[in-house]
Amino acid sequence: MDDGTFLTDDFLRQLINVGEVDILVGLPTHNNAKTIGSIVHAIQSGILHAFPRERAVIINADGGSRDGTPELVTGISIDDARPASNLNALRTLHSISTKYASSPEGGVALRTILAAAELLRAKACVVMSPDSTGIDSERLSTLLRPIYRDGFDLVTPIYRRHKFEGLLMTNLLYPMIRALYGVRIRESYTPEFAFSGRLGSQFLGQNGWSDGTGGTGVELRFTLAAITGGYRICQSFVGEKEHVERRAADLVPTLRQTVGVLFSALEADFPVWSSITGSQPVPTSGSDQEVLLEPMRVNRKRLREMFSTGVAELESVFQSILSPSTLAELQRIARLGEEDFQYSAELWVRTVYEFAASYQKSVINRDHIVQALAPLFRGRVCTFLNENRNASAHDVENNIEALCLEFERLKPDLLRMWKSRE
Amino acid sequence: MREMIIGELTQALHELARGFAHYLPRLIVMLILAFVGWVIAYVVKVVLRSILGLIKFDKLSENAGASQLLNKAALPPATEMASRFVFWVTWLGFVLLGVSVLGILGLQEQIARFFLFLPRLFVAMFIMFFGLLAASFFSRAALLAAVNASVPSPRVLSMAVRSIIIVFVLSIVFEELGLAEETMLVAFGIAFGALMLGLAIAFGIGGRDLARRFLERKFVREKKEENEDELSPL
Repeated sequence: MDDGTFLTDDFLRQLINVGEVDILVGLPTHNNAKTIGSIVHAIQSGILHAFPRERAVIINADGGSRDGTPELVTGISIDDARPASNLNALRTLHSISTKYASSPEGGVALRTILAAAELLRAKACVVMSPDSTGIDSERLSTLLRPIYRDGFDLVTPIYRRHKFEGLLMTNLLYPMIRALYGVRIRESYTPEFAFSGRLGSQFLGQNGWSDGTGGTGVELRFTLAAITGGYRICQSFVGEKEHVERRAADLVPTLRQTVGVLFSALEADFPVWSSITGSQPVPTSGSDQEVLLEPMRVNRKRLREMFSTGVAELESVFQSILSPSTLAELQRIARLGEEDFQYSAELWVRTVYEFAASYQKSVINRDHIVQALAPLFRGRVCTFLNENRNASAHDVENNIEALCLEFERLKPDLLRMWKSRE
Repeated sequence: MREMIIGELTQALHELARGFAHYLPRLIVMLILAFVGWVIAYVVKVVLRSILGLIKFDKLSENAGASQLLNKAALPPATEMASRFVFWVTWLGFVLLGVSVLGILGLQEQIARFFLFLPRLFVAMFIMFFGLLAASFFSRAALLAAVNASVPSPRVLSMAVRSIIIVFVLSIVFEELGLAEETMLVAFGIAFGALMLGLAIAFGIGGRDLARRFLERKFVREKKEENEDELSPL
């Protein structure tokens, strides 16, 4: 159990004034003044509609906003939501804001929310993304209901999105977590999720917050902790995922927060994942997966060029990470023309597993291993785009399923590499 | 006359025998010291080899780039090199200690200087090893960052980083060893200045076309990208 000493006195005082709650809505923010108003309205409407009798609180953990975001969160009254919903809450809905740092840190924000949930003895908690513009009141209840009514411990969302969005999720995180941990969770790293008070307390106590490992990619750590802890997990379809603008340079930080965290977790979770074979679906409410198929203009040539350049320039790095056969195969496909280029599922899985094993053995600096994966991921993305250019939603799903099965089939190879001394 | 010669020879032989008798115990002490030193040096070598094996010193030196240098020079692996080096230094130390027992004038001072030099030698080796490690780490970091940022000629950038660090480390090592300090200082100044001037000329004049092409490509690409959708990995 966390002692909550990192919380400010003022924040603690406000929490004491609230007392115990049934539902806690966590809202990590940083300069979200443009969107936060509509999100708070959606949260309030969601509580009025779905949980009018429950004691609820909104906890805003702010990372040093300069645009008045915390004031907006605390300033919006639930009365603003009443005329539209024509409903009355039977309880007071509290809104508390605390500034945890002068710059945003996802780990500290979640830790603040978890500590507040524990102090308020919240039964069900939900973390909402502060930059979604199109969320409605339904999203909150869709995420919270399985926790509050059906006794689940973790609810992860399923989104409707374009077939070419979230490719790190579909080509690495989902299939690898599914193959290793045996659980088919589509979105393991997401800014929106709901959890039970007991899972929150357990994670608050066990995560390495103070040793510097608990901050990065904390959402993924949370999901993995729920899996390894044997908690009840389900998925809920919540609608469209907001498109977040990203630049090519954002890929490396994203890999650190996701792939780096996953590789690191594999070490501690080895006793769990080493004994699992196959995978099981998790209960899902709503649609399983909705894929948008509108045409998209993506520069595949540039992706392939970045892959080929990466393979050529990073040869010395790859020699430390990859087996000679995998490296030779990568060098072969890097020389292929645009039409013939194909980074097969099998080669991709072998690459990822060899990276994971090298990360465990620290053959070179671990952060360098994660960075070295970026150009190879671009090559895989290029092939995925080529393969699914004219594919229907069903075909795309089949291709992802085939990749997942490849990850499961080659899992013994990873185990063998993991156990070998060299 | 004859008796005189025999008398002188006998006296010389007596003096030689007396001198030998005087030096014999010291010689025996020296041989004992050399033998004991060999045994101790051998034990130290075996222990050190085991310790370095446990801490995966070969892997460390591979990361530092030292293994590649040793391979090119057809030398044994880093663990073996380090343990052999310690063996010879330890044994040589004992042998010199034995030689000093002989009391040969002139050698005493040299031996004392050798023992004073040993700590500086170890510190220099320590700096060299960790300097190579740092050079390897930062050059790899530069290479990865350059590749992921699509910077042209990433390997040149990486090698430049490595070279600068190695030159810097070498100058510290020579200063620590006290070898040609002034020459090294001047050489370092010239080498570093030349490197910087070279880079300035390369980027300013030689790389003018490259820079123009890079900027053009950058702007053209950005124009293109206005019409392209950016993929979100998550």
